[in-house]
Amino acid sequence: MTLAATVRHLSAGPATTAAGTHGFLSPTGVEIAFLLVGLVTLGAAVLTVTTRQLVHAALWLVVALGGLAVEYLLLTAEFIAWVQVLIYVGAVVVLILFGLMLTRAPIGRSPDADSGNRWAALTVAVASAAALVWVVVDAFRATWIDLDGPAAGSTAVTGASLFQHWVLPFEALSVLLLAALVGAIVLSRKAGSRPARDAPPTNAPPTNAPSTDAAPARQPSARNAPAPNAPAPDAPGKDGDR
Amino acid sequence: MHLAYPAVLSALLFCTGLYGVLARRNAILVLMSVELMLNAVNLNLVAFDVWLSRAAEETLHSGQALTLFTIAIAAAEIGIGLAIVLAVHRNRGTADIDRLRDTAEGHGPDGTDNDTAATGTAAEKAEATA
Repeated sequence: MTLAATVRHLSAGPATTAAGTHGFLSPTGVEIAFLLVGLVTLGAAVLTVTTRQLVHAALWLVVALGGLAVEYLLLTAEFIAWVQVLIYVGAVVVLILFGLMLTRAPIGRSPDADSGNRWAALTVAVASAAALVWVVVDAFRATWIDLDGPAAGSTAVTGASLFQHWVLPFEALSVLLLAALVGAIVLSRKAGSRPARDAPPTNAPPTNAPSTDAAPARQPSARNAPAPNAPAPDAPGKDGDR
Repeated sequence: MHLAYPAVLSALLFCTGLYGVLARRNAILVLMSVELMLNAVNLNLVAFDVWLSRAAEETLHSGQALTLFTIAIAAAEIGIGLAIVLAVHRNRGTADIDRLRDTAEGHGPDGTDNDTAATGTAAEKAEATA
């Protein structure tokens, strides 16, 4: 196999001539490090999707994302690695933990974490993994990444390319982030006003269901007691106000 | 480094996330699996960008720029997704996506629950207009 890979390297043109002496049976140190960190990352990812303790799943996700940051460092993409640590490990996982806490996820083992179609999901995942790995290995087994020389993803290189060639998408992305921020605030603003209105039905929605036609019409009028025109058309009037 | 290593790791991570999306029942766990899939794509983008920046003298660094955009969009996605999950949990009392069957076709196994589900939707609409 290494002989075939070598022949393929030598015939692949000037782009991969540096790979002419490399085979899978003599890995470099970077490859060994990548393989070990990759095994840790993959194990943490598998534990993330299989563990029955919800908080542990979020904590294993931290390990998987941190391992991916180390992989970025090994690929000499330093800026991406630190952005990964800052945003994913720092912000996204904290958001997920907040979400688990606010939806009152059980701390201990929850037996209904997996749905009933997990065997179908396992079949689909294994089949797609086999197909993807087969295709990817068959396509790129002779391709060599040259990691020597200056880093391909240092802050200077990434910043230069980002602000020379990608300025307009970058600014559009800031608009998208602003829209997402406003949307998240609008979606979760009712969380602050709802418990003041009807806190007890939040825990038990089935008890909320029979009284839906009466309660939401009455309670906003009780809240806006100083200036109600009539109790029944209160909701459209408030809707127009907003 | 062989390009096959990050490519294979990325494929395996993507399929792990795919299994999580399909097999998990809690909506927040599904969002975590989506994050895993996005990270697999990011690893692919970075690996191919590092390869092409040397092999093809590509100076745009489009892979790394797209990775940064993907990370930012994933952050926005997780914020909006968690807000939606919290809103659903506030209205329904559950974040269990197997029990959110209001738009399902036909009668599910919980066909007797359709009335309360319908009134729940009405309550949600009343809440949205209030």
